[in-house]
Amino acid sequence: MSSSKPLIHIEALAKRFPEPGGKGSLTVFENLWLSINPGEFVCIIGHSGCGKSTILNILAGLDQPSEGIVLVNEREIWGPSLDRAVIFQTHALMPWLTAARNIELGVASRHRDWSSARIREHARRYLSLVHLESAADKKPAQLSGGMRQRVGIARALAVEPRILLMDEPFSALDALTRGSLQDEVLAIRRATDQTIFMITHDIDEAMLLADKIVLMTNGPRARIAEVVENTLPSSRVRTELHKHPNYYPLRNHLLDFLVTRSRELADGAGAKIDPRSPPLVRPIAEERKDATPTHAPEQARPPSAARRSRPAASRRIVAGASNGRDSPEGHGEAAPARNRPTQLNPIRWR
Amino acid sequence: MTGSIGLRATIVSIVLLAVFLGVWQAAVSGTGPTQKLDPEYAKLVGAAAPAGKSAMPGPTEVGAKLWEHLRRPFYDNGPNDKGVGIQLAYSIGRVLLGYGLALLVAVPLGFLIGMSPLMSRALDPFIQVLKPISPLAWMPLALYTIKDSNTSAIFVIFICSVWPMLINTSFGVASVRRDWINVARTLELGTWRTAFRVILPAAAPTIFTGMRISIGIAWLVIVAAEMLVGGTGIGYFVWNEWNNLSITNVINAILLIGLVGMALDQLMARLQRLVSYVE
Repeated sequence: MSSSKPLIHIEALAKRFPEPGGKGSLTVFENLWLSINPGEFVCIIGHSGCGKSTILNILAGLDQPSEGIVLVNEREIWGPSLDRAVIFQTHALMPWLTAARNIELGVASRHRDWSSARIREHARRYLSLVHLESAADKKPAQLSGGMRQRVGIARALAVEPRILLMDEPFSALDALTRGSLQDEVLAIRRATDQTIFMITHDIDEAMLLADKIVLMTNGPRARIAEVVENTLPSSRVRTELHKHPNYYPLRNHLLDFLVTRSRELADGAGAKIDPRSPPLVRPIAEERKDATPTHAPEQARPPSAARRSRPAASRRIVAGASNGRDSPEGHGEAAPARNRPTQLNPIRWR
Repeated sequence: MTGSIGLRATIVSIVLLAVFLGVWQAAVSGTGPTQKLDPEYAKLVGAAAPAGKSAMPGPTEVGAKLWEHLRRPFYDNGPNDKGVGIQLAYSIGRVLLGYGLALLVAVPLGFLIGMSPLMSRALDPFIQVLKPISPLAWMPLALYTIKDSNTSAIFVIFICSVWPMLINTSFGVASVRRDWINVARTLELGTWRTAFRVILPAAAPTIFTGMRISIGIAWLVIVAAEMLVGGTGIGYFVWNEWNNLSITNVINAILLIGLVGMALDQLMARLQRLVSYVE
């Protein structure tokens, strides 16, 4: 599914704010390198203050980086674009327009030569994609929170962007609504192969939706600590998720990161990480006695000493999986083959 | 107690009106000592002399006169005797003209000020100084430069209604939610579409609030302006009837000014409801 060229390419990105009063500046994050391949679903997880939203806003073109560039299709981005649609945390629908009109606004902008009938028809199709045909003529105030966010999703998808940027899109919703919307995003994504970049706080959300989970250390001076590959089957569904043997290893790894390692790595332990190719991690079940879904969380979770020393079997690190194109060896094929599962989608520069 | 709050409020209103009219009638029917008229004064004012009874008319006289006015609102017997309908039409015409010009200036200008933090700051001192000036203070300057009393009255209406609209428009535009602007940017709506499809509808309720304040002020000011410039209009009518010592007509005019002002305000409120939205 992945083409050899990444769709999005973030190079040496940094965001600094001038310190109030002083001459110095506060670095939110720096030396950030990341590639997203076409059709990939990438989630970014980190604590508040690590600059996740800033990264998304820079990708959207709504914010400017202090250093570094973002390439989309090998072109540096300059401002916002219809190719990079954003789903905002607070739906951001125009309250004076009906649901259908909200979607038509973007469609009319994308296709300036279309007749209004065609625009309306196109918008309706995307409303039905999120199962909201019946709400077409309702104003956002008449819709529930989940329905509003659905309209927001339809509005973003209706302009047929190359990439969908989602800024904690479900965080303001109740758990049930969130679940059904996640299922919907999953279904849409499977149907369309849409490239998606999403920010979340929710580990389970990331595990359900993402192919790759980018973990960021705590800010300030946040950086990418590692990229975790989702080791759950791509046909995963919410209700079966926790029965898979890789569920707990993956979940524990992510949780462990958020609870302790994101802080430890921020305090200097992460200095060893090569910012251009952060380690790619594949948390899988320790002993894969095939077709036996017996797994105790304790078993999957390595003792913390083993965790530090890293070669824990439960967390195979695919060394050099992301090859900086300037890396001295210029490798890419040089990574140890035994550590590279066939299904793996390595992060690599073009 | 049964009945909706609306019905009960109406009943209380009617009772209050009845009490007010009763007290008024009792106060002017004058059982107490009547004032002695200076015979010189009585000769001077002629028929208007109240002949020993209070000069203040009672509600029945005012009502009768009002009925007379409403039956023939548009008669024209020369410069000093026109129907109240004609006078009100003159006043409303002046207000709408001055107000319309103010609208044409204030909304686009306010839009630009709201869009630009620089202009917003740069123009703020001027607005702050010009805003509290009584519109009538402009009158001599207007008369001197424009040299036409009617146009001067319209100018005074313009200058008094421009500020609330200007300030509200710029405030409304400046406080459009950041999210909506960002949506417009990511959808590549462009400057004009963003202005007319996003910012204008978003700021419309605030703009209409300014317009509603302005029409109220304009209606307050027109009466005073017409008293000064004379000729026509309900303000001139009030002053003319004062000179005629017809308190009945003055009270009628006051009542009509109130009713027209209320109608204008309600009209604006209705327009405002059309553009308002629930977040």
